[in-house]
Amino acid sequence: MTAITTTDTPKRHLDLTRPVLWLFATFMILLIVLPLSWLVLFAFTDKTRRPTLQNFVTLFTDPAFLDPLWTTAIIATTSAVICCLVAAPIGWLVSRTDMPGRQIIRALVTASFVTPPFLGAVAWELLAAPNSGMLNQLYRYLTGAEDPLFDIYSLTGLIFVISCYTFPFVFVLVANALDNMPGELEDASAILGGKAWTTARRVTIPLALPALVAGALIAFLQAMTLFGSPAILALPAGFHTMTTKIWSLFQYPPKLELAAAAAVPLLLLTILLLQGQKFLLGRRGFSVVGGKYGPPRPVEMGGWRWAALAFCLIVLLNPVFLPYFALLNAAFSPNATTLATPSTATLHNIVFVFTELSSTQLALKNTVILGASTATVGTILALVVAYVTTRRVIASHRLLGFLATAPVAVPGIVLGVGLFLSYTRPPFVLYGTLWILLLAFLTINLPSAYQQLQAAFATIHPELEDASRILGATRLQSLWRITAPLLRTGVIATWCFIFIGVMRELSAAIVLFTSQTKVLSVLIYDLNESGDLAAISVLGIAMLVITFAVVLAVNRIPMFGGGAGARLRNS
Amino acid sequence: MQEKKLSRRDILQGTAALAAGTLFASPLRAQAPEPVAITPALVEAAKKEGKLTFYSSMDLPVGEKLGKAFEAAYPGITIQIERSGSERLFQRVDQEFGSNIRAADVINTSDASHIITWKRKGWLAPFVPEDVAKHFLAEYRDPDGMSATSRIYLSSIAYNTNLVKPEDAPKSFADLLDPKWAGKMVKGHPAYSGTIMTATFQMVRELGWDYLEKLSKQRVMQVQSSTDPPKKLSLGERAVMADGNEYGVVLLKEAGQPVEPIYPAEGAPTISGPTAIFASAPHPNAGRLFQAWFHTRETQQFFTDYTAQYSAHAQVQSKPGRRKISDIKLMKEDAQGVEKMAEEIKTRYARLFRV
Repeated sequence: MTAITTTDTPKRHLDLTRPVLWLFATFMILLIVLPLSWLVLFAFTDKTRRPTLQNFVTLFTDPAFLDPLWTTAIIATTSAVICCLVAAPIGWLVSRTDMPGRQIIRALVTASFVTPPFLGAVAWELLAAPNSGMLNQLYRYLTGAEDPLFDIYSLTGLIFVISCYTFPFVFVLVANALDNMPGELEDASAILGGKAWTTARRVTIPLALPALVAGALIAFLQAMTLFGSPAILALPAGFHTMTTKIWSLFQYPPKLELAAAAAVPLLLLTILLLQGQKFLLGRRGFSVVGGKYGPPRPVEMGGWRWAALAFCLIVLLNPVFLPYFALLNAAFSPNATTLATPSTATLHNIVFVFTELSSTQLALKNTVILGASTATVGTILALVVAYVTTRRVIASHRLLGFLATAPVAVPGIVLGVGLFLSYTRPPFVLYGTLWILLLAFLTINLPSAYQQLQAAFATIHPELEDASRILGATRLQSLWRITAPLLRTGVIATWCFIFIGVMRELSAAIVLFTSQTKVLSVLIYDLNESGDLAAISVLGIAMLVITFAVVLAVNRIPMFGGGAGARLRNS
Repeated sequence: MQEKKLSRRDILQGTAALAAGTLFASPLRAQAPEPVAITPALVEAAKKEGKLTFYSSMDLPVGEKLGKAFEAAYPGITIQIERSGSERLFQRVDQEFGSNIRAADVINTSDASHIITWKRKGWLAPFVPEDVAKHFLAEYRDPDGMSATSRIYLSSIAYNTNLVKPEDAPKSFADLLDPKWAGKMVKGHPAYSGTIMTATFQMVRELGWDYLEKLSKQRVMQVQSSTDPPKKLSLGERAVMADGNEYGVVLLKEAGQPVEPIYPAEGAPTISGPTAIFASAPHPNAGRLFQAWFHTRETQQFFTDYTAQYSAHAQVQSKPGRRKISDIKLMKEDAQGVEKMAEEIKTRYARLFRV
């Protein structure tokens, strides 16, 4: 929204909207259609690029492919259900009740979101590897038992770890929806004699439902396309998911056709889900922000307040307290899963990572550059597309919306290959540069950024803009003066969201990196493959510190209103 | 290229004579270039480039130690080490070359058959350090000067001494099939690690696929790099290591960890790690300097002492107190055999172990 050139001449009605929008549409098509075309081309052709369906025949007759497909479906469904079951109550408690410590709970959920899933998976190896895991050691010590209590190298273990780092996606959407819901509606229900449950059933839940369904969908897709956690936990457990299977197809000699074909079921599944979401939500309007509204009235919980807080803290033990403790311990311990004591604690691991490990500095630098640039470009892009689709500015707004959502269906690793195929030959030779990673991260993060900003737009009724335009402002002026201020929080949240997304990203980077464009996630993944758990812990902690620092800093930039983050907190 | 009579010839011949003989029997045989000593001019030229990118599959702390020693020997040149499993490095190099990216200067692989492929494709630059010409057995250097074997090491079995009594420990690969080890073993992956690829080839040759099929029924924990099993063993995550770097076990044992290597009765698979310079190296002089320095007696001695591997350099002595390679029963290496069978190993292994 920077192309404001007409602020002082409302009379000329020079509206730059269309050209700007078409420019974005072209960029989006290049960004998404190009790699996807390559994928489709490879899926439906043989090595000589002759059309064939053989790849799919191979795929659907070989148990080595069907098993991972089935496993992935189980993982994605189970994780999505778990995420909703955990995130919805916490979201409600934090947003709508007088539970103590709500700000802390929000911060802790943010911490689980900021934690890259692969780092969480490594931390859970430290905690719950069947024999060396610290929790299992403790359990044996306390009970004298022989068998482990937990086995993280199992399907259950993997689902658990994936859910730990996916539920914040649902939480953010649900909590934001509840935050933005006008208290008057619930008050009205109460005044009209509605009991608490009636109000919840007739008002609160229906208004929060779109967010919950969107959250479930995102959780499902995240769990389905995740690469790091399965790569770390499924291999020792002896099974594959679709993403690790696809990754294994890149082993020399690479079988790119099969890899592309294996992505098609995932793509179809996603389109089905998106359609399902539309069907579920029907055509009901959910705009509730029209001018002024009162702050929601917190539900008084009485004695249950502390029980609720305890519930939240117990949940957060899993993504935050325990893993962070395990990482910190490993960073200072001479033996990753032995409890470090003041007499055994060592700085050796930290010295190794920062003075001996030759990739550390480069990876740190690359990651921060990519995080900041992707977040900036991505937010602008998502903002424009979200605006166009919610306000139906141009005829092809549906197409733009689809383009922005489509990448969610393509596992990062497959998108990586698509980009690899697209940008290793003229006219766009980008492989080996940071640009190709920027494109990859941008594409991967666009769907959730878009969903988030679209949700933000959806809660701002277009009447506000209409009023402005009736009074003579151009579309861009209305946007800048009316919509933009209302969107501030959403924009900042989206920027942080993408920045964190880049820190978390591994699946495309693992295909696209070279020694000069290595990022932290890849470095950590490499270290995991060689079992250097202490070095991972040090790097992981460094990574978390950087992320938290950047997110905090962005939330304090005065230009964006400084306290705009207040809406993220409880005011 | 006249060789001295080498005192360690007998020892080394046992380890990999067959290997190197066939490895370097390339149809493109030509004369290797004249041996090169480390001259001030070479050092100067390398310093001007100031940087070196070294792709390597060595255990990370070991590789970084080597890098730091090089930086200390030649201040002003920084070395960046790209550590990954050899099979993955092989894929990456292929991917990078396919896209015209020339990031790597020097590579050390643990799958000697990779040299055959790269050499055939014309990707390697001939360069013969003086020490290699004078002190390395013919089996450990490419006749065309494209590579030299920088390290020799073993894949062994091992056990955690806290979890297994010495008298109960397995003595051979065959012992690993005992039901009492089911669910208690860890091993590396041949599609990721060159060490495991090389070792798996030798095990298949000596023990047959039948053996691996039985092993796969033992619910073995599958990790990727051959450097990982010793670490999982020392953490106590598994009681027995079915394969993996012997040097990792020795180093952990020397550091006081509860691990003990076992040299299997059938013989320990032997792996040689050749180093080569890419013809397209962006820092060719730094690459040559590194290659020359890495194979000097001093570096090889330091490397051997520090990493518990073995050297092909005739003048290098094994560290007192360590087991000599001549005292260990070995399986013979055959890089050309590995090259022919790599694809089959990857496919059949994935089917057996389901990953």
